[in-house]
Amino acid sequence: MLSAVGKIYGGRRALHGVSARFEPGRVAAVLGPNGAGKTTLLGILSTLVSPSSGTVRWGDDPLGRGSPSRAHIGYVGHDPGLYVDLTARENLKFFSALHGCDATPGRVDRLLARVGLADVPDDATARTFSRGMLQRLALARALAHDPALLLFDEPSAALDPAGAAWLQTELAAERTAGRTVVLVTHDLEATAAIADQVLILRRGRVVLDATPAGGFQADALRSAYREATGG
Amino acid sequence: MADRVASEPDFVRQALRVAAKDLRIEWRSREVFSTMTFLAVVVVLIFSFAFVVEGARPPAPVVAGILWVAVVVSGTVALSRAFDREREGEAIRSLLLSPAPRSAIYVGKLIATICLMLVTEAVLTGLCVVLFGAHVDAMLAQVVLLLVLGTVGVAAAGCVFSAALLRARGRDALLATLLYPIIVPIVIAGARGTAQLLDVKPDLDGARFWTQFLFALDILFVTAGLWAFEPVVGGD
Repeated sequence: MLSAVGKIYGGRRALHGVSARFEPGRVAAVLGPNGAGKTTLLGILSTLVSPSSGTVRWGDDPLGRGSPSRAHIGYVGHDPGLYVDLTARENLKFFSALHGCDATPGRVDRLLARVGLADVPDDATARTFSRGMLQRLALARALAHDPALLLFDEPSAALDPAGAAWLQTELAAERTAGRTVVLVTHDLEATAAIADQVLILRRGRVVLDATPAGGFQADALRSAYREATGG
Repeated sequence: MADRVASEPDFVRQALRVAAKDLRIEWRSREVFSTMTFLAVVVVLIFSFAFVVEGARPPAPVVAGILWVAVVVSGTVALSRAFDREREGEAIRSLLLSPAPRSAIYVGKLIATICLMLVTEAVLTGLCVVLFGAHVDAMLAQVVLLLVLGTVGVAAAGCVFSAALLRARGRDALLATLLYPIIVPIVIAGARGTAQLLDVKPDLDGARFWTQFLFALDILFVTAGLWAFEPVVGGD
């Protein structure tokens, strides 16, 4: 839960008093034009960026760089967050071990199978992977420690339609698994198809926070977005 | 939520994991090692042509100076590449999001850099013996100790600057500019101590002083590195 969160970068205010609540078993999409503060918001949720004001809590615990709750955050960005000179298995083994999780070959294989990479060659480094394969591996890496909060920063950027469709299915699966999913995106169609909650930011402020019972229709969401952002 | 994490990994294991990962990648490509060694050999050869008269054994301070200049130049290559693998693919973000303490990440990077530098220094020392007929054999343990201590100090300072320059443009040039003034005392101590050991009549007391001085500098640089690494790699 974000409460009156603000962020100032060198005199420039990136976020103004942002408050929002993200629930388990829901996909929340954060929308807004470039420079609206979406990535800063995700950075604060991930604990990589410290808020200048306000508080961030996970349940009853404060969520920050030193809090134990940060171990339960999974992050998938547009860059894969992987060592491209290691193989898929080596990456998953390394990050699982860093998180103090089971890093045995059996579990690593299960993680790979979970994202459709079971057949990836043992000796192929991530550098040789396609963009879609890297994104699948990035998701496996983010899931390696079974996080309760999954953050996605424009994960479908540069993915082909098949990759984007796969991602939609995965987001739905994570919601069903009971994780809290926060997704930063520019893709209104995908948002309408998957999101339970939409947060629209403009110039660092929340201009719309909606959780309609029947989900979103693409046209209605486009209109709401235009109205909220003035564009 | 706490039951999701199987166990809290300890500091030493986390540091060793980071170091092992770096060394595994380097073992596979040998990219940094080959560049370091090539540059170190070139430096030694250039100095040997410039300072060594054919048939005459060069004075110990000259050999020590050449050895330490080559150590610093080749070490700069290792340090400028120390965080390249974290930058590529934004692996640094995943590393920082892990529960591994940032100081453990620093120590891991430090161990990997020291290992790489020491392997290159072994080649360098052998080259100095062959080219300059340096009297290393009798004082090998002391020379090795000086090199190890000097390497720890250079790497301790360099890893912090390398992390600070992770996203900087022209970081290779900036690294040398920032690092060299800081490590001057290490290079002076290393070169003076080595010269005293390589002399025809070794000055063991003098070398002991420089060894102790390097040890004190190492404590200072590693402590400062552990303290500075956290704010330097902070995500803000």
